[in-house]
Amino acid sequence: MIYKVISKKEFAGFIDALVQSNRSFGPRQVATDLRGDAIYQFQPVHSVDEIAFDYSATASSAKHFFLPFQEELSHFHFHGNDWEQQISYEANPVVLIGLRACDISALNILDDVLLNGHFPSPGYLARRKNSFVIGMDHLPLADCFCKSMNHHTVTTGFNLFCSDIGDHYYLSINSSKAFSFLREFETRDPNDDDNCMLVERRKVIQNGFQTDIDVTALPTILDIEFDSPVWEKWGNKCLNCGTCAMVCPSCYCYALTESFTTNLKGASREKKLYSCNLVDFAVVAGGHNFRPKNGDRLKYRYYHQHRGFAENASQQICVGCNRCGRACLAGINPKDVINDLRMEKESCMICVSSSPRKI
Amino acid sequence: MGEKITQQGVPFERLKIASFDFTCCEGCQLQLTNRESSLPDFLGLLDVRNFREISSERHDDYDIALIEGSISRPDEVERLLKIRKQAKILVAFGTCACFGGVNNLKNNHSIQNLIDEVYPGMAIETLPVRKISDLVKVDLSIPGCPVDKGEVERVMVSLVTGSRVTLPKYPVCVECKAQLTTCLFELGEICLGPLTRAGCNAICTSGNTPCLGCRGPAEEINMAAFFELVKERGLSLDDLHEKLACYNAFEPFPSHEA
Ligand code: SF4
Ligand code: SF4
Ligand code: SF4
Ligand code: SF4
Ligand code: SF4
Repeated sequence: MIYKVISKKEFAGFIDALVQSNRSFGPRQVATDLRGDAIYQFQPVHSVDEIAFDYSATASSAKHFFLPFQEELSHFHFHGNDWEQQISYEANPVVLIGLRACDISALNILDDVLLNGHFPSPGYLARRKNSFVIGMDHLPLADCFCKSMNHHTVTTGFNLFCSDIGDHYYLSINSSKAFSFLREFETRDPNDDDNCMLVERRKVIQNGFQTDIDVTALPTILDIEFDSPVWEKWGNKCLNCGTCAMVCPSCYCYALTESFTTNLKGASREKKLYSCNLVDFAVVAGGHNFRPKNGDRLKYRYYHQHRGFAENASQQICVGCNRCGRACLAGINPKDVINDLRMEKESCMICVSSSPRKI
Repeated sequence: MGEKITQQGVPFERLKIASFDFTCCEGCQLQLTNRESSLPDFLGLLDVRNFREISSERHDDYDIALIEGSISRPDEVERLLKIRKQAKILVAFGTCACFGGVNNLKNNHSIQNLIDEVYPGMAIETLPVRKISDLVKVDLSIPGCPVDKGEVERVMVSLVTGSRVTLPKYPVCVECKAQLTTCLFELGEICLGPLTRAGCNAICTSGNTPCLGCRGPAEEINMAAFFELVKERGLSLDDLHEKLACYNAFEPFPSHEA
C-alpha cells in the first residue's frame, strides 16, 4: 500500500477525468422519502458534479456490478443433430466510486466464496478484475453496525481508498493502476499533520457508532437457539419478499433456469439472484419443501449471515450495513432479531431449573 | 399447418390453438400479436385454428383454448361450456379470466341498477361477473393485465416441448429491487408488490406506480403481516381495500381488518 494526500480540488479533477473516460458509477440521489431524507443509489455518472460525495448510504449495495441480478450464463445453438455452447466471460471495465468500507469488505467475502472455493466463478472474476473500486470513508449512520462485525475498516479489495481529512483526502493506494492514474495529478506524501488527522478521523468514525450488536459467541448461540420461538415470532412478520437479500452486499444466492428460445433453435441458461427467504428456495424434485415456514426460511438467512456455512469456512458474511433492516417493510432487522435471540439465551442461562421447553 | 418441427432429432408438434374473448377489453389477445421481434418465431409454434384478431379462418379442431375475459352473460356461459368440451388444455388467459379483473367492480352493484344506469329501458340479459374457474375446470392460468408476452412465449414453448409450465412463485418486490426502484412505501404509498406474483418485471413500480396486484397472489403470501405494516405506517386501510379489490385477485384471502 502507498499513501498519498490530495487536495479536494485536485481530487475532483482526478475523479472528473476518470469518469469522463470510463463507464462509471457513483452515489446519486434518486428520490426523497416521506421524512424528507434523500435516497441514494449507485448510478451512472459522467462528470464529478453528478456524484453525491456527502451521501449517507445507497439503498441497494454495489453487489450487482459483480453479480448482476440477471444474466445469461451461456447460450446453446442447435444445428441438425448437433449443438454448440457459447459462453462469454467478457466484462466491460467499470469504475465504482464511493463504496464504503463495509461494501468493500462484502466484496472480499464474495471473493472468498466465489473465487477461492473449488469452483471459482469466471464471470465474477472477470467483473472483479475489470473494476476499479474507489472507497470513501464516512461517519456512521445511526443504524450502521459494521463495527460490531469488524468491517468498519478495510485494508484490501479496493484500488483506492479515500479518508476525509478536512481539505484533503488521505489516499490509500492499493493498485498500480490507481498509482499511475494519480501520477498525472498533484499529490504529496503524508506529513505528520496528515497522519495525525487520519488518526483523528478514524477515532471520530470509531466513536461515532450508535448501534452495537453483541456478536460474541453468536455462532454458538445460533446453534443452541435452532428451535427458538424467536424464529416463529419474526417469521410471522416476514413477507417472503426477498428484498433483504436483493439489497444485501454479501448475499450471493441465485436460481438457474434453462429454456428453449422461442424458435426452438437454441437454448439459454440464465441466472437470477435469489433469496433464501423466497418460498421455493428449498424446494426439491417432487415438490418437497425443506423450509416450508416463514420462520424456517428467515432462520436460515440469519444462519448464513451470522454463523456462516461450511462453504465459506463458517465465517459470518454479514458486514453490518443494515441495508436489509432499512429495506424490510416488515421491520425485520439484524439488531432486533439478534438481541431477541440473545435474550432468549440469557434467560435460559440464569434459569435454575432446566430450560423451558421450546415449541 | 400441422407439420412437425424437428430439433436435435426430436419432433415437436405445433400447438393447435384457439383464442376466445369474453367480457374484457381484448388487450390480452392483442398481446399475442405484440413483440414483433419474435412474432414469426412465436407463430411458428402455433397452428392457429381460431383467433379472430389475426385470421378470419375458423376451425373447431383445437387442443388448446385461450380464454380471455370473465363471464357476465348467459350466452357466454354456454359458449364457455362448449369450448371446455373441445379443449384438451383450457387456459385462463389474463387477469379477467383468472380472477374476474376490473369487470368484477360490477358486482358491487345490483344488476337492475346497472341496467338502469348503462342501458336504461333496454332488455338486457346480464349476470354478475365470474372468473373462468367458477364455471369450468381451468388447466393453466396466465395472469396479467395485460399478460406479459414474454411469459406467454415461455409457456407456449413449454407446451410444445412438453416441459413443465412454471410461473414465478415469489412476489414482485424481487423484480422491483433488481431495478433499484425506490420502494413506494418510502414515498408513503401502498404497493401490493409484496403480495403479488412476479413475472411482469415490476413494470408498474419501476414506473413509480404502485402495484395493484393484477397478477394475483404470489405463493404463500402473508396477508396478516401486510395489513399490520400498512397500519403501522399509518396508511389508509380504505386505500388498501380498494387496491386489493381492483382486480378481485385477493378475494380468497381474509381481509384482516381488525
Ligand atoms: S425479512 Fe423483510 S425483506 Fe426479507 S423477505 Fe422477510 S419481509 Fe422481505
Ligand atoms: S443469506 Fe440466504 S440469500 Fe443470502 S447468501 Fe445466504 S443463503 Fe443466500
Ligand atoms: S445481512 Fe443486512 S446488515 Fe448484513 S450485510 Fe446483508 S444487508 Fe447488510
Ligand atoms: S415498490 Fe412495491 S414492489 Fe417495489 S419493493 Fe416496494 S412494495 Fe415491493
Ligand atoms: S406491477 Fe403489479 S399491477 Fe403492475 S403489471 Fe405487475 S403485477 Fe400487475
